[in-house]
Amino acid sequence: MFDICELHEPGTLEEAKAILAENPGLKVIAGGTDVLIRLQHGSLAGAGLLSLKNLHALEEIVMLGDGTISVGAMAPFTTIFQSGLIRRHVPVLCEAAVSMGGPQVRNVATIGGNICNGAVSADSASTLFALDALLKLETSTDERIIPMGDFYAGPGKVNLRPGELLTAVLIPREGYEGMGGHYIKYAMRKAMDIATLGVAVVCKVREDRFVDLRIGLGVAAPVPIRCFEAEAYAKGKEVTPEVVQEIARLAVKPAKARTSWRASKDYREHLIEVLAQRAVAEAVKRGGGCCAD
Amino acid sequence: MDHNIVGKSVTRLDAVAKVTGKAKYTDDFFERDMLVGKVLRSPHAHAVVKSVDLSRARALPGVAAVFTALDLPKIKFATAGHPWSLDPGHRDVEDRLILTDKARFVGDAVAAVVAEDALTAEKALRLIDIEYEVLPHVLTAEDAMKEGAPLLHENRPGNVVSSFGVQFGDVEAEFGRADHVIEGDYETSVVQHCHIESMSAFAYVDADGRVVVNSSTQIPHIVRRIVAQALGLPWGRVQVIKPYIGGGFGNKQDVVVEPLAAAMSLAAGGRPVRYCMTREEVFIDTRTRHAMKLHLKTAVDADGTLRGIHVQLLSNTGAYASHGHSIAMSAGGKFRPLYDFASVKFEPKTVYTNLPVAGAMRGYGTPQIFFALESHLDDIARRLGIDPIELRRKNLIKVGHQDPLTKNVVRSFGIPQCIEKGMELIRWDEKRRAHLDQKGPRRRGLGMALFAYASGTHPVALELAGARIVMNQDGSVTLQVGATEIGQGSDTVFAQITAEVLGLPIGMVHVVTTQDTDITPFDSGAYASRQTFVTGIAVRKAAMEVRDKVLEVAARRTGLAPAEMDIRDCRIVETALGRVVCSLEDVAMDAYYDRLLAAPITSDTSANVRINAMSYGATFVEVDVDVETGKVEVAEIWNVHDSGTIINPRLAEGQVHGGVSMALGAALLEQMLFDPQTGKALNNNLLDYKLPTILDTPRINAAFVETFEAAGSFGSKSLGECPVISPAPAVRNAVLDATGVAFHKIPLYPQVVFEKFREAGLLAQRSVDHV
Ligand SMILES: Cc1cc2nc3c(=O)[nH]c(=O)nc-3n(C[C@H](O)[C@H](O)[C@H](O)COP(=O)(O)OP(=O)(O)OC[C@H]3O[C@@H](n4cnc5c(N)ncnc54)[C@H](O)[C@@H]3O)c2cc1C
Repeated sequence: MFDICELHEPGTLEEAKAILAENPGLKVIAGGTDVLIRLQHGSLAGAGLLSLKNLHALEEIVMLGDGTISVGAMAPFTTIFQSGLIRRHVPVLCEAAVSMGGPQVRNVATIGGNICNGAVSADSASTLFALDALLKLETSTDERIIPMGDFYAGPGKVNLRPGELLTAVLIPREGYEGMGGHYIKYAMRKAMDIATLGVAVVCKVREDRFVDLRIGLGVAAPVPIRCFEAEAYAKGKEVTPEVVQEIARLAVKPAKARTSWRASKDYREHLIEVLAQRAVAEAVKRGGGCCAD
Repeated sequence: MDHNIVGKSVTRLDAVAKVTGKAKYTDDFFERDMLVGKVLRSPHAHAVVKSVDLSRARALPGVAAVFTALDLPKIKFATAGHPWSLDPGHRDVEDRLILTDKARFVGDAVAAVVAEDALTAEKALRLIDIEYEVLPHVLTAEDAMKEGAPLLHENRPGNVVSSFGVQFGDVEAEFGRADHVIEGDYETSVVQHCHIESMSAFAYVDADGRVVVNSSTQIPHIVRRIVAQALGLPWGRVQVIKPYIGGGFGNKQDVVVEPLAAAMSLAAGGRPVRYCMTREEVFIDTRTRHAMKLHLKTAVDADGTLRGIHVQLLSNTGAYASHGHSIAMSAGGKFRPLYDFASVKFEPKTVYTNLPVAGAMRGYGTPQIFFALESHLDDIARRLGIDPIELRRKNLIKVGHQDPLTKNVVRSFGIPQCIEKGMELIRWDEKRRAHLDQKGPRRRGLGMALFAYASGTHPVALELAGARIVMNQDGSVTLQVGATEIGQGSDTVFAQITAEVLGLPIGMVHVVTTQDTDITPFDSGAYASRQTFVTGIAVRKAAMEVRDKVLEVAARRTGLAPAEMDIRDCRIVETALGRVVCSLEDVAMDAYYDRLLAAPITSDTSANVRINAMSYGATFVEVDVDVETGKVEVAEIWNVHDSGTIINPRLAEGQVHGGVSMALGAALLEQMLFDPQTGKALNNNLLDYKLPTILDTPRINAAFVETFEAAGSFGSKSLGECPVISPAPAVRNAVLDATGVAFHKIPLYPQVVFEKFREAGLLAQRSVDHV
């Protein structure tokens, strides 16, 4: 039994945007795997809901003319994980998708909900950060496309304007083409758990040199972050164990880890280094390089 | 001995009902006009309720009743699921009210609401105004015993529930005589049962004015007594019904929700009220496993002979006694019939603190003490430079051993064979050699640990079991037992015993799986791994009685003497010739309808079992340690058990799978955490409390060494709790083997492992060549 006062279930995106424009106080619900938990705990008591569940057009995953891969905000993680397009071009996103919860959760939890929920532990977020993904946001009158980095405002806070819906996640061609990737979800359990640390790495290696490297971290700071210093350092460098280790060491720099009862700052920073090293080494292998053992 | 059905993997009787969803659990029953009960819980760890204002809550439409301790009889009662003791000195501590007027932990129930639906009830909870006088609180047993510490209960100075202990021999003298005296400190954490089905009951007042409680419980007859005691009713005015239950593990060997559910119904004029806890509530206001601190001091000779041991045990029982000191005492009793110590001094203390209440949980104190002892033995072996298995072998008791305190006699002892089998299965010697001199970031290690356990509680408590059999017209039988099927498979095992004795196929034995205290034979219920052993004896006795009666009727028909006949596969045969003389159905029909001699064949017996049998076993485990992240994974695990005759191998394996997975959770991941400032639970949900998922659970291997236990029916001994005891120390010893780092506390949570590894200098070895 949920404490809600109204429920709208529009059949089209236009309708949904119109309803939201008129009632900006409505709480958007997609798969509900975050919203329903908050309702159950009473923090959304008495809310009115706008459900996106009938907006099937927003579940599509397609490649646009310019090579951008567009993942509809309502695509559940099972769909993403099983998508041939994603498997072919962005396998690292499959890794992130399948690390989510368990099968039942993945069947209903959407990528849009994962991002809009604003959790720093969101498993898709660090990978999308590393992929230089963009977000397409729409209101009944407006549309804007912004980088992931501009969307996260703080723990559980995102820059979603009143009346705005996330409609698609866009992964530009330069974000994924020719890149090897690896996502390590470090959690206490192998399923049904929230990441203690998420490390997403994509990289391009040609003739044993880093052409490009991007690292996204989840749960390393109040919002998902990129490791720009480590990335800049890598560019043009030969792939050697020493370089990979230095990348990992630099990856710790932007982190703002803190101590909580879940893990200490010390441990978190140690993990960033250890896991960044492992993730880069694996991404190098997948990206056509080899990192001499 | 040759058996037809005992020893076979008969499909469990409830398998189809459970997988098809036909099995009905407490929450699947509905009554007309059913109301919902909810509870208001204290936000303070220790606080007196100063004043209450229920008017706003009562005024909310849809609310049927709102009440606090002030509206209830002020009767203190004990909740532990033990048989009643006629000796007042032997009773459980009576320290509980249905709702409390003084909160003793964050989450203590102070008020209740009964409403038309859950949402209304929750809204009403927010409208209850309570003024508290907040008191200082204590969270650790050490703090609770300090002078000037806040007292939780008036009549327990120093917050000590009990410090009763036992000893034999002269341990101090052994310390003087032995070559070495080795000491060690070991600690376990608060864990929870995490049964799938919540704690749930519904109650109503029937047309005769009796209180009827349906509950997910392991102990219906005890629930009846305690509900009556808590409400001040004659015991006969309470009826308790137990349908299928979705796991208990000891948490439901305690009376937690039933008195309140009954009080809710009484407050609502006798209307049916359901009180079902949320998972978050189950974590804080049911029971947990006692966190224990143990100091072990052992007198040992250079050749490894263990001479004496002094065990000091500090048990944190939380805010109310529940099973209290019984659990510490149980711990102290289990290792004695395993290792032949010349002297033992066992000094336990059970202490109140302002934490959720600890109670019975699978193993009943034994996993804690064996974590300490089996870790300690490996530490001793290292100190003395002796192989850990040799050290153990050297000190084992022998068949015929009699415990100097309980006087229980060991009649079957399969430990030597368990050790041999475990070593062979895991390829101990070969792997030990392969693991020498590891340097890298991933290391393997081997560990093992032994355990001993009992079958039931004799001589500590009454072991009474009832069984009733009615033979139907077709020769099939219906069996009723007071013992409860809680998922462990006891109904199936009882059916096998009955079928074996009566020469029936399993399909001809119908077991009434619901217990109803108005109808069901008396039995104290599912706990202490007692049912196959204790109730099995009653069931066998009942079946033998039916067999005798069948053969008497057959004798009337055939003119043969009963002793000349046997029942085989629903037929009466003349034993010597193997000749069929009549069908069992003929006999049953005679018994029902013979105009002169009709008397249906039934038996209604009970067994007061005044004997115990020790069960044994060992865990052998190989771990894979990720030195850099602090994660320990089980690469291979074997639990080898001596539980006497295995009546149903597949069910026995199921017990081992469940028990080992539970133990591995406690060894590696699970612990309830509390805010050290406020005492509030930090992780009372299944996201933050790291119960392992199936992906975290390794393949669990079970093996059995079948001894024959003269005391048990068909030679069987206990198994239910056994598998949960030895895995944690075995894993700990394996990590020691892999890394040289000795852990003294479970769980081996990655954060803690990381800290210890860094302290030990293992992380400095992280180097580039492992990229
Ligand atoms: C058992 C369980 C396990 C979980 N495991 C994981 C895990 O492993 N990793 C992980 O990252 N998360 C996990 N989660 C959290 C959750 O499943 C994810 O965050 C999920 O992606 C949320 O998606 P949803 O569609 O269910 O979102 P909802 O709950 O419907 O919405 C989440 C938030 O996003 C907003 N929102 C949703 N869609 C839109 C939109 N299109 N436009 C604007 N706002 C929108 C909602 O208003 C709400 O604030 C788990 C949850 C549960 C219950």
